Amino acid sequence: MSRDIYVIVELRDGILSKVGLELVGKARELADNLGQDVVAILLGLGIKGKARILIEHGADKVIVVDDPMLSEYVTEPFTKAVCTILTEKQPEIVLFGATSIGRDLAPRVSARIHTGLTADCTKLEIDDDSKLLLMTRPAFGGNIMATIICQDFRPQMATVRPGVMVALENDTSRKGEIEELDIKFNESDMNVKIREVIKSTKKAVDITEAKYIVSGGRGVGEPGKFNMLKDLAGELGAEVAASRVCVDSGWIDKECQVGQTGKTVRPDLYMACGISGAIQHVAGMEGSELIIAINKNEAAPIFNLADLGIVGDINKIIPKLTEALKKSKTLS
Amino acid sequence: MKIIVCAKQVPDTTEVRLDPKTNTLIRDGVPSIINPDDKAGIEAALQLKEKVPGSTVTVICMGPLQADVALREALAMGCDDAILITDRAFGGSDTWATSSIIASALKKMDFDLIITGRQAIDGDTAQVGPQIAEHLGIPQVTYAEKIDLEDDKLVVWRQFEDCCHIIEVAMPCLVTSLSELAEPRFMSVGGIVDAYNSKEVKIWSYEDVKDTLDEANMGLKGSPTKVSKSFTKEAKGEGILLKDLTDDEAVAAIMTKLQEKHII
Repeated sequence: MSRDIYVIVELRDGILSKVGLELVGKARELADNLGQDVVAILLGLGIKGKARILIEHGADKVIVVDDPMLSEYVTEPFTKAVCTILTEKQPEIVLFGATSIGRDLAPRVSARIHTGLTADCTKLEIDDDSKLLLMTRPAFGGNIMATIICQDFRPQMATVRPGVMVALENDTSRKGEIEELDIKFNESDMNVKIREVIKSTKKAVDITEAKYIVSGGRGVGEPGKFNMLKDLAGELGAEVAASRVCVDSGWIDKECQVGQTGKTVRPDLYMACGISGAIQHVAGMEGSELIIAINKNEAAPIFNLADLGIVGDINKIIPKLTEALKKSKTLS
Repeated sequence: MKIIVCAKQVPDTTEVRLDPKTNTLIRDGVPSIINPDDKAGIEAALQLKEKVPGSTVTVICMGPLQADVALREALAMGCDDAILITDRAFGGSDTWATSSIIASALKKMDFDLIITGRQAIDGDTAQVGPQIAEHLGIPQVTYAEKIDLEDDKLVVWRQFEDCCHIIEVAMPCLVTSLSELAEPRFMSVGGIVDAYNSKEVKIWSYEDVKDTLDEANMGLKGSPTKVSKSFTKEAKGEGILLKDLTDDEAVAAIMTKLQEKHII
C-alpha cells in the first residue's frame, strides 16, 4: 500500500533550492491531513550535511544519495535514482519543483514508472472525501485554471511552481531520520557528457515574450537612471521596457518601446515606473496581468489602470525595492 | 541524417480573451498556429539538413484533421514529409497517453534525431518530449537554446535558470527546443505550392500503429490524470491607490503584492 509524501529537493551549486523547502512545507500540511510522513529525497555529491536543514523545515525523513554520478544534474542518473527509490518505497504523492530540472526529470520518471504527472501546479489540496490529491494549475496561457486528479495510479505526482508554496520556519528542535542509500549506477547511465558549465547566460529577450516587465517613463528623468530599473529587473527576472518619450530622447533602444507606436506586451507583471499613462502607451500594455505603478503625480492616468498604485518617488522606492527583493532570495 | 520534428497545432493563446461579463473564454476567431517552440524546432531541423547533405526532415503531429494546415505550413517551410496522427480513440489523452501514441508512431520510423518543442502554449506542461524519449529509451536534452553537429555527435546548449550546460550526446536522441533556438523562416511561394501540390500529409490512425501501441495506453482510458474541473480565474478587481506612504511602506506594499501574485 502506498503511503507518505516524497519531495525531490534540488540543489544548485550545493545550495538547497528555495522551492525544495517550499515543497517540504506544503508536503507537511498534506501529510498531516493524511496522517502520513514527509520524506525528502536529496541527490548530489557531498550533500549529507544538508539533510538536517530539511528536517528542521518539516521533513520526517531524508533519503540521501551521495554519489559522483550525481555531482551535476544529468537526466538519466537522476531518473534512475528517483525511480529506484520510488519503486522500493511506494509513496502516495511525489512533488518536484517546476524548474528546468524538475520539468526534465519528473516527466521522465512518470513515463518510466507509469503514473500520472501534473505540470506547474499552483495549488495542492487533499480532497476531503476521496483523500485524492487535487492538483490545480493554470492552462491556456493562464486564461483558465484546471484541477487535475490521478485516481488509479500511484504515486500521484506534480511539479509545483516555485514561489507559490510557503516554507516553514526553521525549527531546530525537530527530529527526523536520515537514510543513506546506495544506487548501483553503471557507466552507461551517464549517457550524455557535460562539456562545459557556463554560469549566467542571461541574454536580452524580446519584451513581447517577457513574463515580467519593468518599464520606465519620463519620470525616470535621465538615461543613467535606467540602470536603477535594470537592477530591479535583474532581481525580478524581468525585462526593461520604456515609454515613447524615453526612446525619443535616446535614453533607451527603440526595441524596448511599449505602446501604440512600439510593441504590445501582455506580461504577468508590468511595473510602470514614472510613467504617466498616456493613451498611446496604455494601448501597448493594458492587457498585462498585474500592473503596479509608481508615480509622483497622484492624478497620473496610469493609476486608473493599475492594480496597485503608489504615489511616490521612484528614485527612492526602486532602489529599496531592489534591496528588499535581494534579501527575500537569500535563505534563512 | 534523419530528423523528425514533433509539432503541435495550438490556438494562439495571446489572442484569447475573456468575456468580461460571463468570465468565459472567447474561442471564436482565435487563430491556430504551429506552437512557437515547435516551429523553432522545425527551423533548427531544416538548418541541420542544410548542413548535412542527404538529410531529411519529417514533421509529425498528433491532433484533429484540421491540423493538416499546420503540417502544410511545415512542408512549405521545407520539411520533406508530414504525418498526421489522428484517431477518435486518441481523444482525451493526457501527456502520458499522448507521448505513448506519438512514441508508437516514432517506433515505426527511422530517425537519428527527434526534436520536440519544450512546451506548448495551450497546455504549458513541457512533459510530452521527455516522456516520448523515455518510451523510446533514448537520451533527452531539454531546453535547447543552440544545437550543433560535431562528427556523429550532437552538441546542445542546455539552458537552466542560472547557467547553461554544453552537452554532448550520441544519436539517436531527443532534444526539446526553446523558441530562441532558431528564428523560423517564412514559407516560400514555391514551398507553399509544393506543400499543397506535390507533397502530401500522410494520415496515420490507430490501425497504423496498433502493433506498437497498447490500447490501454491511449485516449481518456489510457490517461493516468483526469481533469476534475476547470474554471476561469476570478475577474480582476478594482485597483488600489496608496499615497502618503513612507518609502519603506511603499516597498512593503509592493512586496506583498508580488508575493500574493506568486511573482516572488
